[in-house]
Amino acid sequence: MTILVIAEHDNKVVAPATLNTVAAAAKIGGDIHVLVAGQGVGAVAEAAAKIAGVTKVLVADNAAYAHQLPENVAPLVAELGKGYSHILAAATSNGKNILPRVAAQLDVDQISEIISVESADTFKRPIYAGNAIATVQSNAAVKVITVRATGFDPVAAEGGSAAVEAVAAAHDAGTSSFVGEELAKSDRPELTAAKIVVSGGRGMQNGDNFKHLYALADKLGAAVGASRAAVDAGFVPNDMQVGQTGKIVAPQLYIAVGISGAIQHLAGMKDSKVIVAINKDEEAPIFQVADYGLVADLFEAIPELEKLV
Amino acid sequence: MKVLVAVKRVVDYNVKVRVKADNSGVDLANVKMSMNPFCEIAVEEAVRLKEKGVATEIVVVSVGPSTAQEQLRTALALGADRAILVESAEDLTSLAVAKLLKAVVDKEQPQLVILGKQAIDSDNNQTGQMLAALSGYGQGTFASKVEVSGDTVAVTREIDGGAQTVSLKLPAIVTTDLRLNEPRYASLPNIMKAKKKPLEVLTPDALGVSTASTNKTVKVEAPAARSAGIKVKSVAELVEKLKNEAKVL
Repeated sequence: MTILVIAEHDNKVVAPATLNTVAAAAKIGGDIHVLVAGQGVGAVAEAAAKIAGVTKVLVADNAAYAHQLPENVAPLVAELGKGYSHILAAATSNGKNILPRVAAQLDVDQISEIISVESADTFKRPIYAGNAIATVQSNAAVKVITVRATGFDPVAAEGGSAAVEAVAAAHDAGTSSFVGEELAKSDRPELTAAKIVVSGGRGMQNGDNFKHLYALADKLGAAVGASRAAVDAGFVPNDMQVGQTGKIVAPQLYIAVGISGAIQHLAGMKDSKVIVAINKDEEAPIFQVADYGLVADLFEAIPELEKLV
Repeated sequence: MKVLVAVKRVVDYNVKVRVKADNSGVDLANVKMSMNPFCEIAVEEAVRLKEKGVATEIVVVSVGPSTAQEQLRTALALGADRAILVESAEDLTSLAVAKLLKAVVDKEQPQLVILGKQAIDSDNNQTGQMLAALSGYGQGTFASKVEVSGDTVAVTREIDGGAQTVSLKLPAIVTTDLRLNEPRYASLPNIMKAKKKPLEVLTPDALGVSTASTNKTVKVEAPAARSAGIKVKSVAELVEKLKNEAKVL
């Protein structure tokens, strides 16, 4: 049994989600190969070779893969993947974009966002916004799977010494091209990897008031998230959204401020170890999942909390 | 140009579903069903393209039980011109649905196919990508902006770190993200008019598509419940508990 893991990267560094994906592969068992597809990815390949448990790194360095357009990367993965028992990718926007295309090309069903490995062919995944957990078994020759990073503790980024092998195959479907991108800049830890997350909702009232959360987050070394209500109201950019349709987080501590706790939001954070809710509505559903609830006006509670921590 | 929109009948997003006692699935008896929210956004985008004079005809398609006709009628009331139901009582996987949609795409030859990015029941986020693979078209997933010009479509996509824009050759597949648009409501006169619009019913057999699957759902269970928390009286007490009881600060 040999498993192919698609590395998540930006042509410069390996994204942390790759380490969680390799951890899922290790639970399945067998040799683990990592595919790095991109342009100018020498450094990424070197870093991938050092990941604990990886035995081989395949590098497809080609202009066609520069922005990891699925039309070009999926045929490459499908071609390489035929010889593997499993193909795994992190359930990031990239992984979700590319992997179903690979599965369809291989004519197999995909299993999305697994949170645990029961055996080499059986996996658990949440459905209905996390309100049910399905156990799914696959009899596909190649099992195509995306991995929810928060379901698996990452493997060590150092300690491995895998062989690096170049892949010559170049696929350029010519149906799509990259135009540009706008990335939100932040000095705070990445939302999905942070140990502490402070999130604001509609109760923040406006974007300016998020400065209170940023001040608290900086003191705690936390990332700042938001509910869909706060994003839709234009308080903060949408890549801060936590929920079924945004990012899934499972930090040690999640502080929900001015968030009512709709099903869709809970789907993104209810696996957090400790949940704190600060809300002035004591009937808010968030209190049903919070380990510690404080019924208070957030504009008084947050500055006080910042002082005390 | 012709636009094809795929819609799915799902449990209404406000319903808190319950797992059946025998762990065979989720209890859907007597539960309110609706159009998947992402599909509503897809229909809205198609209607806006028609209003801008870009689209000439909107065909809405659903794969599902005969009751999915309700959701197709909703789409017709929102502005779609005609509907196709591929009737199947089984619970199909995304790949099977993509294959059925591919057969409809072959038949209808649309220039643009719009789907939701994921259905809120299975949470798969696969069908659009799979349909793109099967038809060999470019894909613009998680779209927050769609602009058709000539024989290409520029799609701004929501990605983990921000936004990315790609240009796709038509025909192409687009899947909608939440912020693409705000869907309108159907007016009563339009709901009445929608009853007269054509709705064709097909079957997987008639389309010559096998819906066999490589996946099997063995069990569905409720997630582990969180133990009940406590309410603290003050910020000071909260900090004290986080430091000494939960030890997370």
